[in-house]
Amino acid sequence: MTHPPASIAGAASNPRLKLSGISKIYPTVVANDRVDLSVRPGEIRAILGENGAGKSTLMKMIYGVTRPSAGQIFWEGQDVQVTSPAHARSLGIGMVFQHFSLFETLTVVENVALALPGAQALDELAERITEVSTRYGLPVDPRRHIHALSVGERQRVEIIRCLLQDPRLLIMDEPTSVLTPQAVRKLFETLRQLSDEGCSILYISHKLDEIRELCHTATVLRAGKVTGECEPARETPQSMARLMIGKELPHCEHSQAAASGEVRLRLAGLSHAADDPFGVDLKDIHLEVHAGEIVGIAGVSGNGQQELLRAISGEEPLAERFPVQICNVEAGRLKPGQRRKLGLCFVPEERLGRGAVPGMALADNALLTASHTQGLVRGGLVDAGRARAFAERCIEAFKVKCGGAGAPAKSLSGGNLQKFIVGREILQAPRLLVCAQPTWGVDVGAAALIRQALIDLRDRGCAVLVISEELDELFEICDRITVIAKGRLSPARPTAQTTVEDIGVWMSGLWPGAETDEPLAAPTPAESLHA
Amino acid sequence: MLELEARAEPSRLMPWLSPLLAVALTLVGGMLLFLALGKDPIEGFRIFFLNPVRDLYAVSELLLKATPLMLCAIGLAIGFRANVWNIGAEGQFMLGAVAATGVALYFDGSQSSLLLPAMVAAGALGGALWASIPAFLRTHFNANEILVSLMLVYVAQLFVSWLVFGPWRDPDGFNFPQTKMFDDAATMPMLLEGTRLHMGFAIAIGLLVAGHVFMNHSFTGFRMRVAGEAAAAARYAGFSASRMIWAGLLAGGAAAGIAGMGEVAGPMGQLTDKVGSGYGFAAIIVAFVGRLNAFGILLASLLMALLYIGGEQAQQYLNLPSSISMVFQGMLLFFLLGSDVFINYRLRLRRRAA
Repeated sequence: MTHPPASIAGAASNPRLKLSGISKIYPTVVANDRVDLSVRPGEIRAILGENGAGKSTLMKMIYGVTRPSAGQIFWEGQDVQVTSPAHARSLGIGMVFQHFSLFETLTVVENVALALPGAQALDELAERITEVSTRYGLPVDPRRHIHALSVGERQRVEIIRCLLQDPRLLIMDEPTSVLTPQAVRKLFETLRQLSDEGCSILYISHKLDEIRELCHTATVLRAGKVTGECEPARETPQSMARLMIGKELPHCEHSQAAASGEVRLRLAGLSHAADDPFGVDLKDIHLEVHAGEIVGIAGVSGNGQQELLRAISGEEPLAERFPVQICNVEAGRLKPGQRRKLGLCFVPEERLGRGAVPGMALADNALLTASHTQGLVRGGLVDAGRARAFAERCIEAFKVKCGGAGAPAKSLSGGNLQKFIVGREILQAPRLLVCAQPTWGVDVGAAALIRQALIDLRDRGCAVLVISEELDELFEICDRITVIAKGRLSPARPTAQTTVEDIGVWMSGLWPGAETDEPLAAPTPAESLHA
Repeated sequence: MLELEARAEPSRLMPWLSPLLAVALTLVGGMLLFLALGKDPIEGFRIFFLNPVRDLYAVSELLLKATPLMLCAIGLAIGFRANVWNIGAEGQFMLGAVAATGVALYFDGSQSSLLLPAMVAAGALGGALWASIPAFLRTHFNANEILVSLMLVYVAQLFVSWLVFGPWRDPDGFNFPQTKMFDDAATMPMLLEGTRLHMGFAIAIGLLVAGHVFMNHSFTGFRMRVAGEAAAAARYAGFSASRMIWAGLLAGGAAAGIAGMGEVAGPMGQLTDKVGSGYGFAAIIVAFVGRLNAFGILLASLLMALLYIGGEQAQQYLNLPSSISMVFQGMLLFFLLGSDVFINYRLRLRRRAA
């Protein structure tokens, strides 16, 4: 399945974009330090690096969102100052962001019209959208509202919006993090077609396999500096990881799960209509998680993960008791605090603002969920010393880089705050841990630490439920795996008896015996991404 | 084109210096105002700001004036920290005064030493009861507590008027809209001989300390702070939002009610239709100038009391209208909010983007 990279188009021609000695210095951090980079016409160049390596900052300077503190940008040989995204677009630079910038209540064509300069006749524009979408194999109906589109379709809208302006350089920021494996393959075909037509592509990612498959060349960043350039097809993931993190890729110890223990979490026909009109209704969900196993729920984001997590955590209480059973107690109507007393701990997807209070010290954030289990409150008063001691334990056990237990949560990087929150939940020795996106945005080393901690917790007899969009992660740590699509949950399969490809198909809602609301066409290689 | 730009690292000191800066700017603004009105600014400054602290008696009057302000403000701060926006302390203050008056009139003639504590409790209950209306409407119907609590101020005012013009009017009072004077047993004992400074001041200091402990050391106070700073985190941790709303409003109502009791059982000695004199509204400014912090509120209430008394003095000696106090209060809040903006932002001159 690894395509050999096409020969680099126009290898001899002048670079389309050349960066020379680009630095970006913020008051507290040097985000980019004398970065040199060049992209030729038709070249697909990967920008590879861990979170915080300075990839996004670099791209934002090319796209005119921020300005470099030093250095020069040459666009087709001309020394330019990109003053704004509009300026970048007029030069012929397009960017597809990791987080989409679309208005949910408007249609596709309306959203596209907003991004184009000048007034647009919508009918005419709709035709052009259809034209571009057929040409590049990006099927999307211009008349549909954004909120009714899947994440994959939304990404297509973003790409089409760029393509309508005939870009000569397309920047893609972590484009595959929200796609099914099949949709990724389809995206790569589109990108290769663009490259064949002479469009240069800067492809930001930390996924080594994808880069080997797609990219002609790669520039590796570490801590804001270029640490190497390579031709990914000639490298191994290990050799690229060395460039990226400066050491070998860490691996988790994963022994066979212990014999199936008692049921700690049982979802018995959980159905719940979402309050939010753009939310996903949960439909008849059945699942059991036993002591001593890790069960993973795969799925493309926006398929009911948020709603399911809220129903389990109690942030969204149910009308009935039986659908959520925690440690053999019917907990559907219990509040989050009561569920915690049954032995539930929970790591939410959003760290800042939900998992932690931004302006509060880590010691206070330890108090947020651990007050009961750790006895941090006595006679209604907070035992500040014990709260601090518990926070320090989390910091030490999970190697959280921070200014101590008194540091406010918002002063930590995303990865370090995630380590703190995971640590806070795990160190409470839960009987059931529910963990959403355990390593999202966390660097490779910290991700390995967190995964190992989850496995160790399982080995100590805890039941663990992990919801993640990273299939590789789920396959690495889970004993059984299941898929959520459109608010329904597939049957759970032992991880050893399934493959990434199978789960990818399931992520479109097509598993054996799946009930569907609307008839779905059988997945063809070209259109199996109805995510 | 001028533009506000977020600061990379907000200063840790400025949140505390900003109120002082606001005070300084208010002084400058006041001097300019005196000048514009044709008064000598130095003389104006002396009368407005130094007269109220010229001797012990003046200081005792200042503390007396500050008492209801600090009581209302500490109660409000508890709610404000949890993003519960009780704007109706003025009404709760009046209902506290009404409840305390009810007890005083009902037990008229009693010499029991339990009468005053009963009046304090009644005041707290009356204020809390009035605040429970917005709390109930907010938790059950999601009615905005800002509007409800504010509108209830006017209801409370009319209720007080009805009482003092009607059933509670003093039969020997020459038809003035007021109740009869309270007995000694229903009047606050004085703290300082020869002054009007009463027990209410000591209660206020006690409640400031209690408020500080509650906000900074109790688990409920912690949960309220979390609810105020990050509502999603409070939901995640399982802190009930409606309990925070009830706690915030009831604390504010009870404290304001005690302040109202202190007024009728203190300097007024009776209930009149003028019982609400804006303390409940001024306390909102006090709470913010004091940074929702007990010690800050102590200082801010003294400052606000100074503005009140200074305004009265300016009226007396400078022939300025009484609304001068309101102008100073307004300037103080304006300059504070203005200074606060620059804690997190800075002004930047920006060239028009190409």
